[in-house]
This record gives sequence, structure tokens and C-alpha cells, in this order.
Amino acid sequence: MKKFKLMEHELVPLHIVLSEEEKEEVLKRFGVREHQLPKIKVTDPVIKEIGAKKGDVVMIIRKSPTAGESVTYRYVIE
Amino acid sequence: MPIPLTPKRIESIKFGILSPREIRRMSVTKIITADTYDDDGFPIEMGLMDPRLGVIDPGLRCKTCGQKAGECPGHFGHIELAAPVIHVGYAKVIKKLLESTCRKCGRLNLREEEKKRFLEQIRTRKEMDLPYDDIINRVFKEAKKEKVCVHCGEEQKEIILEKPTTFYEGEHRLTPTDVRERLERIPDDDLEVIGMDPENARPEWMVLTVLPVPPVTMRPSITLESGQRSEDDLTHKLVDIIRINQRFQENREAGAPQLIIEDLWELLQYHVTTYLDNEVSGVPPARHRSGRPLKTLAQRLKGKEGRFRGSLSGKRVNFSARTVISPDPCLRISEVGVPLEVAKELTVPIYVTPRNIDECREYVRRGPDNHPGANYVKRPDGRRVKITENNKEELAEMLAPGWIVERQLKDGDIVLFNRQPSLHRMSIMAHEVRVLPYKTFRLNPTVCPPYNADFDGDEMNLHVPQTEEARAEARILMHIQENILSPRFGGPIIGGIHDYITGLYLLTRKNILFSEEETMELVRNLDLRALPDPCEIKNGRRYWSGKQIFSLTLPKELNLRYQAEICRGCEICKEENCEYDAFVVIKDGELICGTIDEKGIGAFKGKILDAIVKKFGSEVASKFLDDVTRLAIRSIMHFGFSFGIDDEDIPREARRQIADVIKKAEERVARLIEAYVNGELEPLPGRTIEETVELKIMQELAKARDMAGEIAGRYLGPDNSAVVMAVSGARGSMLNLTQMAACVGQQSVRGERINRGYHGRTLPHFKIGDLGARARGFVSRSYKDGLSPTEFFFHAIGGREGLVDTAVRTSQSGYLQRRLINALQDLEVKYDGTVRDARGTIVQFVYGEDGIDPARSDYGKSINVKEIVSEILGEGGDGK
Ligand SMILES: [Mg+2]
Ligand SMILES: [Zn+2]
Ligand SMILES: [Zn+2]
Ligand SMILES: [Zn+2]
Repeated sequence: MKKFKLMEHELVPLHIVLSEEEKEEVLKRFGVREHQLPKIKVTDPVIKEIGAKKGDVVMIIRKSPTAGESVTYRYVIE
Repeated sequence: MPIPLTPKRIESIKFGILSPREIRRMSVTKIITADTYDDDGFPIEMGLMDPRLGVIDPGLRCKTCGQKAGECPGHFGHIELAAPVIHVGYAKVIKKLLESTCRKCGRLNLREEEKKRFLEQIRTRKEMDLPYDDIINRVFKEAKKEKVCVHCGEEQKEIILEKPTTFYEGEHRLTPTDVRERLERIPDDDLEVIGMDPENARPEWMVLTVLPVPPVTMRPSITLESGQRSEDDLTHKLVDIIRINQRFQENREAGAPQLIIEDLWELLQYHVTTYLDNEVSGVPPARHRSGRPLKTLAQRLKGKEGRFRGSLSGKRVNFSARTVISPDPCLRISEVGVPLEVAKELTVPIYVTPRNIDECREYVRRGPDNHPGANYVKRPDGRRVKITENNKEELAEMLAPGWIVERQLKDGDIVLFNRQPSLHRMSIMAHEVRVLPYKTFRLNPTVCPPYNADFDGDEMNLHVPQTEEARAEARILMHIQENILSPRFGGPIIGGIHDYITGLYLLTRKNILFSEEETMELVRNLDLRALPDPCEIKNGRRYWSGKQIFSLTLPKELNLRYQAEICRGCEICKEENCEYDAFVVIKDGELICGTIDEKGIGAFKGKILDAIVKKFGSEVASKFLDDVTRLAIRSIMHFGFSFGIDDEDIPREARRQIADVIKKAEERVARLIEAYVNGELEPLPGRTIEETVELKIMQELAKARDMAGEIAGRYLGPDNSAVVMAVSGARGSMLNLTQMAACVGQQSVRGERINRGYHGRTLPHFKIGDLGARARGFVSRSYKDGLSPTEFFFHAIGGREGLVDTAVRTSQSGYLQRRLINALQDLEVKYDGTVRDARGTIVQFVYGEDGIDPARSDYGKSINVKEIVSEILGEGGDGK
């Protein structure tokens, strides 16, 4: 089978690990604690690929047919 | 006097298992006798109807709390069981507990480090407010694996649960006493790992030693007309339990043989089990003398009629009515016709103030029989007084600010109107009342699509909001005109159907001219002051075109271009010059060209309607719909429109051509089969030869039917009623027409020709292995011709599939709907634009990724750039 780079596949949206400060800023902006964010498992292929750790927050930027681009955040859990 | 209500906030709810101590503590009396009443009809002390358990008879006072019936909530008693019994509801948990703990020392069969690891995981989950049942299942699984106790080295044996409540350890039977002793040995420290809180749920409490007796208020006895008392099912069951309990005790004290004791124990277990749940599999349900199964505790809660779905999620309400619906095109779209009899029964509370006191007095004076009158008045002390012929004058005089008059429903009141199954929010909308004679609710047919209503006996419900807030909410959020656009697809869901579409199609097609009299007749229901300039003057008489008359209903600033439903999809659209008049252009509220059909004003598709709501708002759209539907009805009445069996008649020549087409197709099918049998057929890519021949036959026959339909359509002509309805999108399709007039066509099951039935053939009328068109469900005749017996049978086979499909789909979608509602009901868009659940967890960061209200979107798209550009450039309307 042909190999492909996970992050380059067109169906895989852009994932960015946030720094501690960025994470704090996001939590403050939405007035939530970490676990009130949507979650993603550390075992998720993309999370493994970008090397995020348990407790990190990743920013996901998706292409959206109606909004152009939509940004979500996910809290990495085990 | 109303009881003053102090609002209280629930801080938290704790769930746990009642301990024997707790049961005894909350009990007001021990119940020892199975008798309920003595010979004089007084309840027996320490019996199941002990007066300390609460009162149900009006007039008496509770022996425990001293309150009257209705005020006393009732008080629990208890039964001391002679021997422990398993609680059916916990049998599975008990099994897991027995399997995962040591049979000797009672400790959880996990090494200390492992235990700690699990505990940590559970605690983090708890902290994050997440469910942790999967971890607990892992704990059980790990602990069960160990064959030898890791603490004391005792060898573990297999635990078998023989449903519903019997436990075995290998061959040896465990009595409930054994089970209880084992559960008692599990140390508190191990329980958290199993997900139990020793404070509120010690495992041994799952084996009952004391049984709570619910208060009599929970199981009231009723006195029959004969003066005989009839007891509640729960009381019957409790009587059984006490009887067996007593016998058990007596036998044991008398030193009866072990076998008898065991039998009685099992019987006690049976009664307690059925008391808790009378529908446990493997246990014969306890029955009433009449043979009816008893409704015990679980049955009170479970199912559609149970406490949750029947009493808490769904309640019966006052101020509502239900009756059959019928159509009334003379009503405005936002109105609902309410029968006078219903209007006299339903009321709206009016708060008497100095400003409206005269009006209120008038209602009271009219009394309950003179619509619109009033049925009740409510005094400031909260007492409701019924208005009668005798007291109405007196009450009217006494009326003062602070009173409330329950006035009868009258024209203009806002009410909620509903049709089940309420699958989307447009299933309940607010209408204005029009009180009418006769006995049905009436509605304008344009609102049928959102309710999915027709008039073949459908019934609908009506609710009268009782507070100012509810009425405001209904007017602002639920009013018909606020729901013209559906959030499902961002287009109109209310709009023209059936005759409305036909009427406007007939009015606007071709270039029909109307004389002054005819024009007046058409527009007499519109709110017009003057007619526009006529488009033609012949012999001194003035004539108006249908398009001109239609334009009278349009807002003056409307600009629009679109392809109508009747568009034939020409390769290059000639737009304004379309020879079928299928390209609609509206300029400054004037229909320049094109024919109005389903695509213009129909529900779901109506472009004109859509443009008007979005550009001019719901008020204008509602007015437009009122006008255009009235015009449509006038128009269809002007032309006259009917459909009968002879409208399917086609000339002999057409019948000859159709027969020819079908004959040729059958010949081609025969040749295909011959080629297949001789092995000369080339298989299509990715298909077997069998599939290929089937596919080609189906194609051939479908083509034949279409051609037959085309011939029929050609001969019926564009003025045929069925053709008019089909092309304008009012009702039916050309396929329906084909089947009626020309050829019904291939019948199928699961998309294949019919191939089941007898060995190698569908019916005994055919030879085994016959693959011909007629032998496999091709119906060459039309409905008008009538089907042959074999064709009729094939048709029934194909028709059955459709029926089964619908039945299965509705039940499945109903279940799916309920699950969806349960999952989504507490989600809310917060002020920061995020969608969150009841705990504040974010579900979406922006509603629907784009923050768009789909009802205000352009058919699901956030904006239509083309439309905006052309509007600014002054071209008007969307389109090319
Ligand atoms: Mg119906
Ligand atoms: Zn009481
Ligand atoms: Zn042990
Ligand atoms: Zn065209």
C-alpha cells in the first residue's frame, strides 16, 4: 500500500499544540477549566504525530464550507 | 386558602442503597400482620393499613403527623424478614462482587499497587466530571482473573448466577445468608475501587433483611360502588410477603425439616422478587385473582405509561382541546378556526384593573352561555367561583381590581396548535383564534406542510397560554409567520400546495387576457384600491393579463430571476425568450415573463416566497401568502378544474403506439435472454453474466415504460388536468400519469425484478426458468386498462415492500428521535457564542462552526454572494 504523511492528508485538519501561555489564554477566554473543553485521546494518530502530551491543549483549524475556517480546541487526555 | 409556597433550591441529590438501619429508622411501625381491616372496617394496628402509615380517607387525621388527607405525605413502615433474600435488581452486581473478592478473607483480589493505580484513574476521572464505569469494569475483569487470593492464598471457585436470584459456587448452592456474609467481609477500603461508597452503599445491603413498607398514600385502596374495598396491587403483594414470612418463621421455630424451610425460603424470595419487579425473565409473574398480572414497583416506573415517561416527561394538561381538522382557505394563514363549543369551554385569565373593569364586568354579565362570556372568577383570596345564570349579575357587581376573570376564548386570542408526532419545532405553532360554527378545527391549507397534516381524519391539539409571558413568547417565537422559513433547509416550509399551485399556474401561463368583470372577480378578495393600467384595449373594452393580475400581490420592490419548475432543462437557457415560458423574471414587483408554479410559491421550493420573507420580513410574507392564496383559489374557480377517470383516456392511435413499443421491448428482452442462454452475452465490467442480463432487461423495460408514458403525455396534451398538476408540481408526477394511462411498468423487490415464489419460477402460470418480462413482474397494462391476474399479484408484491418499509422506518426514526432529544435537550448557545451542555462543558466553540441560524441562511449557505452583487449592481434578483 502507498504510504502517506498523515499531516499532509487533505482530510486531516491542522493540529497545533498550544504553549502553556496560549493554553491559559484559551481557558481564560472561554471561562472554562481544562476538562470542560472537548477532549482527544493521546492515542489519537494525529496527537501521536505532533507529539502532544496528556494535559496539553491542541488547536484544530478546519476548512468549513460555510465558515471558511473554523477553530476548535481539544484537551488531550490519556 | 392557597398554601404559600417558599421557593427552595435543591443543593444536591444523593443516591445510595437503604441500609437495614435506615429502613428501621424511617419506619413508623413494624408490620406484623397480613390483615388489613377488622370486621368493623377499621384498619388493624401493625397491619398493612396501619393508620400511622398516613391517611387517604378525607376527614381523618394522620396518627403520625396529624395532618389531613392530601397534606400528609404518608410514612413508611417495615417488615422484618425471617431470612435474608436477594434484591433482584442487584443480582448482577452481587455476582460481580462475589467474583472479584476472596471467598475467605473478603478482600478485593488485586495487588496493592494495581489497586492504587485504578484508584488514581478513578479519582482523576471524578475530578474531571467524567464517567468512570469503564475503569470499574476493568477492575472487575482483572480481579476475576486471579484464581488464588493474592492476600491469603485461598483458591477461588467459580460463581454462577442462575437467573434471576440463585447463586452457586461450583456445585454448592449459596443461600442469601451465605451471600450476605461474604459481602459483609468486603472491607470499606476496597469499595472505592469498585465504584461504591461505603457510607451510602455497603454491598451487604443488596441482600434484604428488612423490607420497607410504602405509605398507604402510595397504594391507596378504593371503595367500589358495592361498598367493597379494593386494594392496590402493591398491598396484595405485601400481604403475600407477610404471610410467607410468618409461615417461614413458624416452621423454623417448630423445627421443620430443612427441605420445607428451603421451599419456604424460595417462596419468600419469589414474593419479594415479584414485589420489586413482576416482569423478571424466568419468573412467572404474580397474578391477580382475575388472572391479570400485578403492577408492582418496577412496573410503576417502567415504560411508556410509567412514572418517567408517563407522569414526569409527559403530563395531561388543562386549557387544551382536540378535534378533527378540516381546511378553510378563507382563513388567514395565521388563523385557526375554533368551534364555538370549544371556545366556550376554554378560558383566558384576565386580571381586573381599574382600566378594564367595565369590560370584565361585561364578560361576567354575559355568563357561561353567551359567547364571549366568562366561566369563572377568581377572588383575591384565591377562591374560584363558577359563574352561573343565577349569580352572574351579583358577581359582576362584586368585581374589583385584584380579581381574575376567566374569559372565554374569542377572536384574536393567541393559542398553540399542534399535530403529533411533534418531530420538529414547526409541529407546534401559535395561531390567532377565529371562533366558527361546526365541530372541527380549521386551518389554511398552506400550513399543512409544517404539521404534515391532511384532512383524511387527522386530529390536532390546541393549547391556550395562561400567562402574559407565555402569550408574548408564543407571539414572538412561535407565531406562524415567524416559522415560514424552516431551519432544516433555510427555505419556506409554509407555502402553496395542490390547488394553490394549479390556480396560479393556470392564471399566469400563456398570455390569457381577462375582461374587467373577470379581473374584478379574481381580485375581489385582495385589498386593492385601483386596478393597474390594462395591457390591452379591444373594441373599447379593457383587458388585463394573468401575469399582471398576479403581480398585484407582489411587493413593489421585488426583483427576481429563476427557472420555473416547468423548465425543460434546455442545454442553453434562453432565459427571457424561453419558448415554454419557464424563465421567471420579476422586475420591481412586476411579473415580466415566466409561469408561476411550485418553484415560485410552493412550500419547500417557493423562490418568490423565500425572497419575500428574506427581503421584506415575515409580516409582508404573511400578507403575500394570504393574498396570493386567495387569488389562486379565485383563479382555479374561474377556470374550473376537475379530474376524472376519462381524463386518462387516450386515443386509439396512442394505444396502438404504446402496444407497439411494449411489444418491441418484450422482443428485445427475449433476444437478450436467448443470448444469455446461448452464452453469447458479454458481461458488463464488474458484473456476472446473470447480473448483466438482469440489468439490461430492467433498462430495456424501463425505457419502454418511459416511452409509453411519453406517448400518453403527448396525446393527453398540456391542458389535461393530470398533466397540468404534474408539470406545475401541484400534485402527482408524469410517472403517476404514465402508470394510469399507459403502462404500470416493472414491479420490484429490493431493486430487483421479482424472482421469488415457487421453485425456479414466480407463479405456477409460468414455465420453470422463464426469465421473460411477464414472468418476472413486468406489468404492461395501465391502471386504467386494469391488470391481469398475474400482474395484479406482482403489483401486490411490490406494493407490500413499500408498506413494510414505511412501518419499519417510522418505528426506527421514532426511537432515534427520542435518543437525539435526550442527548441534545440541555444544550444551549451561551452569550459568548459557544454551545454548552448543562455542566458548562463546551460542545461547539461557535454554533454549527459558522454561527449561522439555518432558518435565516440562504438554503443552508451563509450568504449568497451572487445575489448581493447583482442587487447592488441593480440587475435585480439571483440567477445567472
Ligand atoms: Mg392523515
Ligand atoms: Zn402523616
Ligand atoms: Zn483471601
Ligand atoms: Zn427554458
